[in-house]
Amino acid sequence: MATTKTQDVDKFIKDAAGLDTKREKEIGQHIGYRYDVNMVPDYARLTPFLEKYIEMMGWDDLNWLEDVHMGYEEGRPAIFDRNCNGWVTIPPEMKLPEDQQGRDMLARELLIKFQMSKKHPLWDLKRAYKKF
Amino acid sequence: MAQRSMQMGMHTEKLSGKTQQRFFSPTEEENFLYPDGYDVDFNKRAEFDAGPLSPQEINLKLRELMSQGNGTIVMHNPGAKHSVAVGLLQRLNLHIKGSLGYFGCGLIDGPNITISGRVGWSCAENMLSGRVVIEKNAGSTFGAAIRGGDLVCKGDVGARVGIDQKGGTILIGGRAGAFCGFMMQRGRMIILGDAGMNLGDSMYDGTIYVGGKIAGLGVDAVEGEMTDLEVQWLERKLKMYGLEAPNGAKNLTKIVAGKQLWNYDNLEPSEKKIVL
Repeated sequence: MATTKTQDVDKFIKDAAGLDTKREKEIGQHIGYRYDVNMVPDYARLTPFLEKYIEMMGWDDLNWLEDVHMGYEEGRPAIFDRNCNGWVTIPPEMKLPEDQQGRDMLARELLIKFQMSKKHPLWDLKRAYKKF
Repeated sequence: MAQRSMQMGMHTEKLSGKTQQRFFSPTEEENFLYPDGYDVDFNKRAEFDAGPLSPQEINLKLRELMSQGNGTIVMHNPGAKHSVAVGLLQRLNLHIKGSLGYFGCGLIDGPNITISGRVGWSCAENMLSGRVVIEKNAGSTFGAAIRGGDLVCKGDVGARVGIDQKGGTILIGGRAGAFCGFMMQRGRMIILGDAGMNLGDSMYDGTIYVGGKIAGLGVDAVEGEMTDLEVQWLERKLKMYGLEAPNGAKNLTKIVAGKQLWNYDNLEPSEKKIVL
């Protein structure tokens, strides 16, 4: 039976490469996600912004945001944005919550703001290529 | 082995460091819609008869009604046509009175869709967000490559549910066929009835919960430990759709990836035989 691993929330900030196993050291790359991809959200930590978003969309929970977590890329906290297929880094001056659940809620808020903004690269692509 | 593949030039692509170097602005104004989305009102309702229309005409009709501000649309007589209600990229309540054919509700990002009948193959494939609730049964490859949102079938489903699932939640009230969760990468699948052979075959990550009997696990799919947070999450999710686990959420069988296949290319042929 596979067990759930708990690890230091800052592991991949302190150690950007995160090479643990023999295989990872051999190929020089970390294998797998840099956070627990299977962790479900703790709804007790829902923020007012996210509550408002859920209500606006007509949902009863976080829906697709349940799959959004704060990850760590090149030693910095970042969020994977599927709409631009890349990691988007968090402003360095932003203070991170102490635990992963709190960080995930922050990541969800920031990702919504970014995706709905006209500064998002998808907006430029749509203007250039959309058919209708 | 790694050295040999390096010499062969198989490691030229840099897998890490794809950061966009684009910073979030914490002062970004509050906006919950895509900039080019239609501003619809859930209280503004429209109905139309899809019977005489082709699939393309049905999809254009939906777009036209949304552009008029209709946030709730009722579609009658879909006639099991294929590729209907696809590419809806915003908030919307869509009620489909009848059944859909193949590839219904594909590539959607945001809408809440209810279907009173059945659906054919690959319903909600590549779904990004929103909710799709099917009252009766669904065909094979239900939720293929789904990335996010809730996809619910209250009846039975065919084989290969959530093949290549990359996120989201697939919830099945009845039984599911063989090879469900094949090459699943993340997300959650809940099967309240029995699951067919090779469940979770070659899954990389993600979680499958099963309420009934499992005919057989696939390669590298193993049982996992259920946490209290997961039980709370499961109870909440099932309640949202009026469903119940046969013996309670905490007694669902949890299946996860054994993660042996992550190192597949490093195994000797004899080891591969053991893993496979």
